[in-house]
Amino acid sequence: MRGVLIDGSPASAAGQPAAGAVTIPADEVPFDPSVPWRKSPSVALRPEPFGALVYHFGNRKLSFLKSKPLVAVVTALESHPDVPSTLVACEVPEAQHPAYVTALATLARSQMIQRRPEESA
Amino acid sequence: MTAVLPSRPAERPTGGKLIDQFEYGLDAPICLTWELTYACNLACVHCLSSSGRRDPRELSTAEAEAVIDELQRMQVFYVNVGGGEPTVRPDFWHLLDYAIGHDVGVKFSTNGIKLDRARAQQLARTDYVDVQISLDGATAEVNDAVRGTGSFATATRALENLAEAGMKDFKVSVVVTRENAGQLDEFKALTDRYGAQLRITRFRPSGRGADVWDRLHPTQAQQRDLYQWLLANGDQVLTGDSFFHLSALGEALPGLNLCGAGRVVCLIDPVGDVYACPFAIHEQFLAGNVRSPGGFQQVWQHSELFADLRNPQTGGACTKCAHFDSCRGGCMAAKFFTGLPLDGPDPECVQGYGESALAARDLELVTPRSHLDHSHKGPVRGQPTLLGMPSIPAKICDESPLAGLKLS
Ligand code: SF4
Ligand code: SF4
Repeated sequence: MRGVLIDGSPASAAGQPAAGAVTIPADEVPFDPSVPWRKSPSVALRPEPFGALVYHFGNRKLSFLKSKPLVAVVTALESHPDVPSTLVACEVPEAQHPAYVTALATLARSQMIQRRPEESA
Repeated sequence: MTAVLPSRPAERPTGGKLIDQFEYGLDAPICLTWELTYACNLACVHCLSSSGRRDPRELSTAEAEAVIDELQRMQVFYVNVGGGEPTVRPDFWHLLDYAIGHDVGVKFSTNGIKLDRARAQQLARTDYVDVQISLDGATAEVNDAVRGTGSFATATRALENLAEAGMKDFKVSVVVTRENAGQLDEFKALTDRYGAQLRITRFRPSGRGADVWDRLHPTQAQQRDLYQWLLANGDQVLTGDSFFHLSALGEALPGLNLCGAGRVVCLIDPVGDVYACPFAIHEQFLAGNVRSPGGFQQVWQHSELFADLRNPQTGGACTKCAHFDSCRGGCMAAKFFTGLPLDGPDPECVQGYGESALAARDLELVTPRSHLDHSHKGPVRGQPTLLGMPSIPAKICDESPLAGLKLS
């Protein structure tokens, strides 16, 4: 049952870190935390009391970031060389890293975040 | 105001489910419906906004542009535009371009009268615009009784034009009534024929719809069939989550089971008045006007009415019901316009409590009426035969706008 807002494109709520397992279809490249990422340039983050609303102007998917630290991580991705260093910079406790990686993988699948094009040194 | 609303606690929790967060409201709406005009070139019997004639106080082009600027600042990423018939406004196509140019996508609802080939091609070329054509029957016979003679032919011609122009993702919007509830498969087939998507929504006793609600709302048996149909076909149709009261029949329907009024949903009417929901055009749900100081943002974020609505319901008969978690007591507007208490069961409560509540209503009771009625006073094109009364397209966003989101 898909609704008006995100007509034609069932968006997924990018869950809280610690949300359930992500099933990756066989034909999809698994999420690689060791490469540079960024928030997609077609994506806008609208701050909300619980985190942020995420809107992709290209595919018109709507999604949510359910915590403020996750918003900080998504925003910070582009100034760090990979996911782990971003998490460290955002002071995410080590024990929560796997949950954050899961959440980011969900966002990558819905194209809310994307790999940064190779940067020349 | 507070007196009629269910009692609620006031503190927003941290963490938890998204749906619980939505109950406390958002900084800007997700599903904003904007009726651009009360003018309409049809006169459907169930029109939720009692449209027909233009209101002389309608927002001017410049005022409408100022609203769009504000929506852009608030990051409202798209609006659902309706009316009246929005294309009747001479500046409609200009405002459409203006909104899209300001990062506000437009989804609009139309009866299709003005959707000729050239317009269809223009729409197909434009990004960030979605269009839905309203139909109330899968056959001319059923449709035209509600929407007026010739309206079925007009709508299907518009669908042809859109398909031919290569428009993608356009929609056929159906309000489910007693007359068409048996045609769901036919609607699906018709929609598929044009490569469109079917959208079905709930019929609510709003506007002129209140006058025909008793006669036209689906029976309990039809509601049960509809629920089964949705379980079987739900992934292929859009519903705006408008049938969440049916979740009380068993397995919850997917989507957001929540009344979004004033929390994530609102309506801006043609004169700039802001209501909690497109189906709640009544003084009691009027939060303010975009023309007042602080504009729309002030109304959305600071009106007393919306503050009252932004809390979970804790009291009332429904909170004791075993199905409250999925049904949440149903639709506020449906209760209000049938004269039922807002913290009690929906008039179409599938457990039957609505019917007994309706029967127990004080016989003297005068159901609330909107203070607005722009219905045509004279004859109109193809006057519907149903009640010999003049109506409107379904709203593109009738409701819990978050349909399709996995809110786990
Ligand atoms: S449940 Fe009814 S009152 Fe609430 S948002 Fe939906 S249509 Fe409006
Ligand atoms: S009693 Fe209330 S919560 Fe229970 S099914 Fe009826 S409307 Fe829904």
